Amino acid sequence: MSNPHSATSGTPLVELRDISIAFGGIKAVDHVSVDLHPGEVVGLLGHNGAGKSTLIKCLSGAYKADSGEILINGEKAEISNPRDARHYNIETIYQTLALADNLDAASNLFLGRELVGPGGFLDDAAMEAETRKIMGRLNPNFRKFNVPVSALSGGQRQSVAIARAVYFNAKILIMDEPTAALGPHETQMVAELIQELKKQGLGIFLIEHDIHAVMELCDRAVVMKNGQRVGTVNVNEVTDDDILGMIIMGKKPPQAY
Amino acid sequence: MTQTPHASTDPGLGPVARFLKATEIDTRMLGMVGALLAIWVGFHLYGALVNGNGAFLTPRNLWNLSVQTASVGIMACGMVLIIITRHIDLSVGSVLGFTAMIMGIVQVWILPQSLGLGHPLIWVVTCLVGMVVGTVIGAFHGWLVAYRGIPAFIVTLGGLLIWRGAAYLLAGGETISPVDSTFALLGGGPLGAVGAMGSWIVCAIAVAAILWMNLSSRKARRAHGFPLRPLWAEVTMTALTCGLVIGATLVVNAYPWPKGIVTQYAAANNLTVPPEGLFISHGFAIPLLIMVAVAIGMTVMMGRTRFGRYVYAIGGNPDAAELSGINTRMMTVKIFALMGFLTGLSAIVASARQTSATISLGQLDELYVIAAAVIGGTSLAGGVGKIYGAILGALVMQSLKSGMVLIGFDAAIQNIVVGIVLVLAVYVDILYRKRAK
Ligand SMILES: Nc1ncnc2c1ncn2[C@@H]1O[C@H](COP(=O)(O)OP(=O)(O)OP(=O)(O)O)[C@@H](O)[C@H]1O
Ligand SMILES: [Mg+2]
Repeated sequence: MSNPHSATSGTPLVELRDISIAFGGIKAVDHVSVDLHPGEVVGLLGHNGAGKSTLIKCLSGAYKADSGEILINGEKAEISNPRDARHYNIETIYQTLALADNLDAASNLFLGRELVGPGGFLDDAAMEAETRKIMGRLNPNFRKFNVPVSALSGGQRQSVAIARAVYFNAKILIMDEPTAALGPHETQMVAELIQELKKQGLGIFLIEHDIHAVMELCDRAVVMKNGQRVGTVNVNEVTDDDILGMIIMGKKPPQAY
Repeated sequence: MTQTPHASTDPGLGPVARFLKATEIDTRMLGMVGALLAIWVGFHLYGALVNGNGAFLTPRNLWNLSVQTASVGIMACGMVLIIITRHIDLSVGSVLGFTAMIMGIVQVWILPQSLGLGHPLIWVVTCLVGMVVGTVIGAFHGWLVAYRGIPAFIVTLGGLLIWRGAAYLLAGGETISPVDSTFALLGGGPLGAVGAMGSWIVCAIAVAAILWMNLSSRKARRAHGFPLRPLWAEVTMTALTCGLVIGATLVVNAYPWPKGIVTQYAAANNLTVPPEGLFISHGFAIPLLIMVAVAIGMTVMMGRTRFGRYVYAIGGNPDAAELSGINTRMMTVKIFALMGFLTGLSAIVASARQTSATISLGQLDELYVIAAAVIGGTSLAGGVGKIYGAILGALVMQSLKSGMVLIGFDAAIQNIVVGIVLVLAVYVDILYRKRAK
């Protein structure tokens, strides 16, 4: 999307081109194109069922798009499962969190990428120590390191999912309503974290219903409705009412493209 | 991974609760051990009072129990993984029968012709064939489940019929015997045991391993600054486990060879049997040692390797496991292949024990194996299960079965009791989990 209105230039970190995916007749995502640059936060907005989660799941490898292509750093990327996405340093916080309830925080954080010691045996102690470190930054009140995550509160579980996504030096971070279950203090910490990661040059897709958070954190916002892209705006060129108008009525303001 | 915090002193708890907490004994396991002891003592007393002969708590019976438990116990270890990942395998009994039949044909009909009767390679080749056949069948089941999307219940229900039928076709329903004489040792019997000296060596190794494990885990906890168990609790637990091993050694060594075997053995080795007889201990039976080795290996695998971690993760949340980059389909194939491998191993033990491959070998084993895993705390809802639980479960099932035979219950009553116990065990499990929540 080489658009004159775009605030960013150069090769995008991620380009989703003309992505479509349908579930038995329902066009969940209908010819949507979005891009993301390094150090940029792009908000994905839209009503419930608009297709936001489905779109990003094509990037995270959870779904395979029916048509369209994905480019990473300008090169065509083949992402057909979550393992492929990880090879491109794409990390995802899913709306459903995707935690194994019967395992503890450290096991979930390192799931699929366990630390092993001599002989290839799991180094649980090292994993717990690392988990304590990262959780200290995200949610300092977190104490429940030795219980299954089923015993955690919604917010604590969300903290674990966030920790997992940011621990492994992602270049592309997908956050699907990361603060939905968090208290005000924890939400603030995640906002600070997003700004810090942005400074480090990560590209972040942020799905978020809270319009104020979008205005505060995002550089651009993409609005979806019924699987289609309504438009994209540079957040600093529009008011929150403009964005709400796009979300609710599908009304495109003149600044949008 | 998921222990409760190690509070050593908690004024709100009574002495028993405090002891359990400090030692980290799983109350559920305690319940199982209690049930097992109740079964043992119950059968012994029933025998003593009603039949005038308490035959259960004798070295002879306990030794036999250890041999009889091996086959189901080995398979139960694999069934734990299957059930944790929310599948089921109804085919293990038939696969065991089929594999045993193949091994029978290999060692009785084929190999003696090319190698010569009693050739030392026969048992090795036979065992390899058995393990490979079992693994391949298991992997095939797993492939149908994972890559063709057929529910495991259906795949293995089909397998239950197919492999039993195939076993029949292989030898036309004939019983194939006798198996190779070295092969037969893998099934136990006076010669298929390691003797008094061997048993004490096993015992010494086990005690040393227990001490080393407890010491090194304490050291690791201290190194990471994690809370330690109180010393008295550590010492008590170590003493208990070591005591158990030593006790088992004393029991198996207290069971002497029968007179006939002693006479044969003496004649073969130019010994003179003194008038009061020669006391030669059985010691640990080889099938028992195989089962223990399998259980230890599987426990390490489940607790300390990626494979084990992924098994639990898939059971806890298959979608999350897949999204975490775990190749869940491949894992399913591997889990079923492992089940097949263990079934092959069981087939070795079971056919060696009865020195023949018969058409009915392993019949109903699937039920005993599933029951063992479930009684041992493996949850049918997935995500939860322990190897030691399955072994205890197998011991409970076999104790019930042997005990009822010993006091003369007929097969009909045995089936009724086993069925009731299975349903009851699942019910207790449900109650237990409700309370734990
Ligand atoms: N696995 C699936 N099978 C069938 N339909 C699906 C599936 N996933 C999503 N859909 C449908 O696709 C559409 C888009 O869903 P999606 O989850 O992407 O919405 P969303 O924008 O993330 O909504 P929300 O804000 O509620 O999270 C919905 O109509 C939904 O019912
Ligand atoms: Mg969504």
